[in-house]
Amino acid sequence: MAHRLGVDVGGTFTDVLLIDTDSGRTWRVKTASTPQDQSVGVLRGVQRVCADAGIALADVTEVLHGTTVATNAILEGKGAKVGLVTTQGFRQVLQIARSFVPGGLAGWIIWPKPEPLADLENTVEAVERVASDGAVVTALDAEDVRTKIRRLKAQGIEALAVSLINSFANGDHENQIGAIAVEELGADFPISLSSHVLPELREYERTVTTVANGYVQPQVARYVGALADELAANGVDGPLYILRSDGGLASAATAAANPVNLLLSGPAGGVTGAAWAAEQAGFRDFLTFDMGGTSTDVALVQDLTPRIGRQTRVGDLDVRAASVDVRTVGAGGGSIAHVPPLTQALRVGPQSAGAVPGPAAYGQGGEAPTVTDANVVLGYLPSALAGGEITLDVDAARAAVRTIADATTLDSVEAAASGIVDIVNENMFGAMRLVSVQQGFDPRDFALVAFGGAGPLHANALGRLTGSWPVIIPPSPGVLCAYGDATTSLRDEAARTYIRQFTDTTDDEIRTALDELAATAKATLSAEGVDEADMGVVQSVDLRYHGQGFEIPVTVDMTAFDGEGGGLAALAARFDAEHERLFGFLLTNAHEVVTLRASATGPRPNVGAETLPPGTGDDEADLAAALLVRSDIWVSGQRVSAGIYDRSKLTAGAVVTGPAIITEMDSTTLVLPDHAAEVHPSGSLLITPVTGTTQSQEG
Amino acid sequence: MARILETATEPVSAVDVDVITLDLVENALRNARYEMDEVLFRTALSPGIREQHDEFPLIADPEGKMVVGQFGLSIPDFLDNYSGTIEEGDVLLTSDPYSCGAAISHANDWLVVMPVFHSGRVVGWASMFGHMSDVGGKTASSMPTDARTIFEEGVIIPPFKLYKQGVLAEESLEIILNQVRKPDWNRADLNGIVAACRTAGRRIQEMCDRFGTDTYLSALDALLARNHSAMKTLLAMVFEDGKAISFTDYICDDGVGFGPYELKMTLTRTGDKVTIDFTGSSPQAAGPINYYINENLIRMFFGIYMITVADPQILWNDGFYPLVDVVIPEDSFWKPRFPAALSGRNHGIGRVFDLLGGLLGQTNPQLMNAAGFSSSPHFMYSGTYSSGEQQGEWFQLYSIGFGGIPGRPMGDGPDGHSLWPSFTNIPCEYLESYYPLRIEKWETVPDTGGSGLHRGGNGVDVAYRFLSDGEIAIHDDRWLTYPWGVLGGEPGARGTKWLEHLDGTREVLPSKCHDVPVKSGELLHFVTWGGGGWGDPLARDADLVALEVRRGLVSVDGARRYGVVCSDAGEVDATATESLRAELAAGRPDPLPIFDSGPPMEQILANALAETGLPAPKPPVARV
Repeated sequence: MAHRLGVDVGGTFTDVLLIDTDSGRTWRVKTASTPQDQSVGVLRGVQRVCADAGIALADVTEVLHGTTVATNAILEGKGAKVGLVTTQGFRQVLQIARSFVPGGLAGWIIWPKPEPLADLENTVEAVERVASDGAVVTALDAEDVRTKIRRLKAQGIEALAVSLINSFANGDHENQIGAIAVEELGADFPISLSSHVLPELREYERTVTTVANGYVQPQVARYVGALADELAANGVDGPLYILRSDGGLASAATAAANPVNLLLSGPAGGVTGAAWAAEQAGFRDFLTFDMGGTSTDVALVQDLTPRIGRQTRVGDLDVRAASVDVRTVGAGGGSIAHVPPLTQALRVGPQSAGAVPGPAAYGQGGEAPTVTDANVVLGYLPSALAGGEITLDVDAARAAVRTIADATTLDSVEAAASGIVDIVNENMFGAMRLVSVQQGFDPRDFALVAFGGAGPLHANALGRLTGSWPVIIPPSPGVLCAYGDATTSLRDEAARTYIRQFTDTTDDEIRTALDELAATAKATLSAEGVDEADMGVVQSVDLRYHGQGFEIPVTVDMTAFDGEGGGLAALAARFDAEHERLFGFLLTNAHEVVTLRASATGPRPNVGAETLPPGTGDDEADLAAALLVRSDIWVSGQRVSAGIYDRSKLTAGAVVTGPAIITEMDSTTLVLPDHAAEVHPSGSLLITPVTGTTQSQEG
Repeated sequence: MARILETATEPVSAVDVDVITLDLVENALRNARYEMDEVLFRTALSPGIREQHDEFPLIADPEGKMVVGQFGLSIPDFLDNYSGTIEEGDVLLTSDPYSCGAAISHANDWLVVMPVFHSGRVVGWASMFGHMSDVGGKTASSMPTDARTIFEEGVIIPPFKLYKQGVLAEESLEIILNQVRKPDWNRADLNGIVAACRTAGRRIQEMCDRFGTDTYLSALDALLARNHSAMKTLLAMVFEDGKAISFTDYICDDGVGFGPYELKMTLTRTGDKVTIDFTGSSPQAAGPINYYINENLIRMFFGIYMITVADPQILWNDGFYPLVDVVIPEDSFWKPRFPAALSGRNHGIGRVFDLLGGLLGQTNPQLMNAAGFSSSPHFMYSGTYSSGEQQGEWFQLYSIGFGGIPGRPMGDGPDGHSLWPSFTNIPCEYLESYYPLRIEKWETVPDTGGSGLHRGGNGVDVAYRFLSDGEIAIHDDRWLTYPWGVLGGEPGARGTKWLEHLDGTREVLPSKCHDVPVKSGELLHFVTWGGGGWGDPLARDADLVALEVRRGLVSVDGARRYGVVCSDAGEVDATATESLRAELAAGRPDPLPIFDSGPPMEQILANALAETGLPAPKPPVARV
């Protein structure tokens, strides 16, 4: 009997999910997170969930973990003191960055420039130079760089990053410096070489990515090491895997070596969890909508495969690392509504009340009106049903939201609350357009999977804006990340920059290079004990018209590279189709290869879903059994009576007609008038418009 | 005056729009505008647009008033100057500043204007212009620094229909592209601009579908009104009725030996309205530095400065324009007479940042910034590869340099950054991959930022080693006058450029020059200027000064300007610092000057050759 254990550590709670992979039966435990040492909370959760399931820790076959340790190190500015070695003349590569100042025409007046992740006083220059074609222009002065590394050591650096100009074309000098650093700093010292972390053209992007890797490495290594040790010490035999930003799993050791690939481990867990839930409910194409307290993450998933982006953004930091293409918008339950006196516009966010003081309704001293307060005013979060953890103070919420009504022409507290909800929904809709319409996808061809603490509350409204039906509320929307962790597979990617116009390369060259990359990626999985026969390999090429600055990734159909010479032509055709779809025109310029990639994926674990019991056959009686109470809520400017249901009592096939509210331990789902939520046997709620009475506003 | 053909005849009624819908429309417009950028960046070929983002989008209401954009350009002036009909599917193109009321200000900018139709009526306009790296003419990149007329500055496209009812005017386009050195760049960039405008058009149509055309158009009116009323309040709050404030700054020279050109701006509020008056500015320049400016652009610039600080999330639009009168004298630097040369107007545009800061800061402390990197200096390099695999192939680079953001009320100015929104530098590795160049140094120069409580950002030294014979061109400024400091802050350092020849000799290059031959192996140092300092440098935390010494951003000597004495290792000598600060404080005027532009102009001119290696320019003369 095999048991997979998914673990997701959030800011407040640690979610642990145990799955019996034979029966699909699951056990969930939610325990307080332990920020000082996250492994304490994890272990406590693991022990509890095993006890609930009546199994020994030794029966756990593998532990799959999404971690925010790397993310938090960046967000809280608590990473390692990184020393940086650059090429002579480029010491200030992070200081100058891309010279870019965000905002509009006067944006520079109000922009706070973030400090570089490696301080200038800890940055040294190597005497060396490589040309863009990889030729050595100036040989490395090894003794000089050794002296400088000693100085960095004396200054107390905790990690070393090496990023030399044109090292994407030739990493020899970086390797030499790496070897010197091992001699000077020791074999266990965290050393990141840019030609290994990101062998791609553009020195700033490569350097900042390499430095970010070093910045989070000591903490990640310490945490992953400690967790692995403690799990072993407590009897867990199975290996520990970490979820990468791209939704694949990596062994603990691999993860610790390349932690820059873990920065979006948390959100990736949500997206992969959504994929699992959607598949169980019979949907393969969908948008994900993960709304929390301060921000909302959205992504697009096609055929159960999340779109992978090359950019990872955490706080102010942009690095080049593969990740699930998640767009984040600063809109969440804690987002504060305000009215600038000058323009009298109603703004929501990006400021957030955070966990402290939190929304006014939480009664912890918060006075600013938040999205949560607006939901309370509208009756969507009834105080008597708040799950017990936090009692909601309706009067405080009303008082807070009233300030918005007073500052605008809105004539009631409810109208102000509706406005706040509409505007925050619109902000999130903007993020959804980024991943759909702007990428050439019609959101009406997709379902929408909503999760996170606040997602199910706003999901129906978002479905109306996007026209994405059904809106799917997975079982346990608050612990979906742990599902993702537990249901994904091992993955590794190998890539290399290979800039060639099609006229300067051949099918054979491309094929050989892609095969080498595939072998590299597969080797990582083989080392994890995956049988080669079980591996899936996807090869892709980033292409552009010669002269363009951005590439479009195109999946390679290797059968076209059959030696007959049709491979490049097939690639060009695919690229043109994609360019036409995205931008509506083609150019006659030569096609150009920029980066070749191969990813290898292990077998997907066989995790079945639990099946809800069917109803008794008497639908009305079944629904009545789940009805807790009826309560008044405000929708579209009107007070209406809504049924409030206990989700755990809903049976398969039940249909809850809006207006209605469905509550559970960690989330609340709002079903709007003219919509209905059907309970799928896999546990998901599927919300759709009731035929004939409403249409998507997007039309 | 353009005649617009619409098949729908019934008028659209004005309806009430609630505050929520208004914010929804505002948000959707903002998204559409950023989407326009994205489409162009991803498809453009010229490094100037794809890597540096030298482009400006706009969405307007049916009358052509801008409802969202990053920088104004004037559709009403464009339409006034166009005599044909406009109908659905048309896309118009021009590059002639004199034919569109200076909606664009030099011939390198190609401006696309497109009507957006919905159910047979015009519901708005989408427009965008981008800087083409080359538009023909006598020198690569088409900005000859000695031009006396616009005819020397490449192909000048009068407003015409690039697409007529959706059909491309291929022959016309081919004739235009036949004039330029890199037709594939122009073609791709133009395609991208049209695609961006069409994207905006689709978004507008979607909003009409979603909210109803009447609600959408009424919402635009309300958004314009929102700007109007916000500005009215601001003007009354910030400017005293009847009291004129004034500020003067300079362009150092005009490329043909005259300068400095005086740029003067005076602002007076009378009741609800303000007047911005450029009287007192220098006459039209002999060389190509004239900045032919549209009145609406001044309104836009002024409005953005005023509103950004009050509500950073607001969508700037034209709504407040009736509150601002603009007076620009004829035949002046700002309104030269056809066919004056215009290609080097980037300094004039940039200097507007400093002018507005110096002007508005006098009554609005939040806008009291020092002088910053108020230009987008150009470096151009072209030729045919003299050796290697690509021998005989033509190469051409147009790039923008960056320098010191000034000390600001909120803190230090970033080093080596852009004052212009969305601009970025071209990576070294990109330059080396696509051009016969090796970048030997790319770093900020210590002490070039003006000292102050908030330090001005440092200028940048980029050292280009040429790997092929060719020719270079430079458009730069602030080599003579100083980027001034404010509230006790000192000026930043001026910019300089020099060539190191193969025989080891050094040649200082003029700040504006073109067709300068360079040999393979020669080295160019392009050093940009720093930002001015903000506030009293003696009040800056001594430990912070010392930290910046350790970081190499301030030298040990430079620290003394802050009254800080420290070792080479950046350790503060507290006692020596205290006494140096006391000594410096005693020798200063009290109160400290609001503006510090360095020595008086006569002295700057007298010392020009000795200090900069370049002779002082001759005083400008009025056109006869």
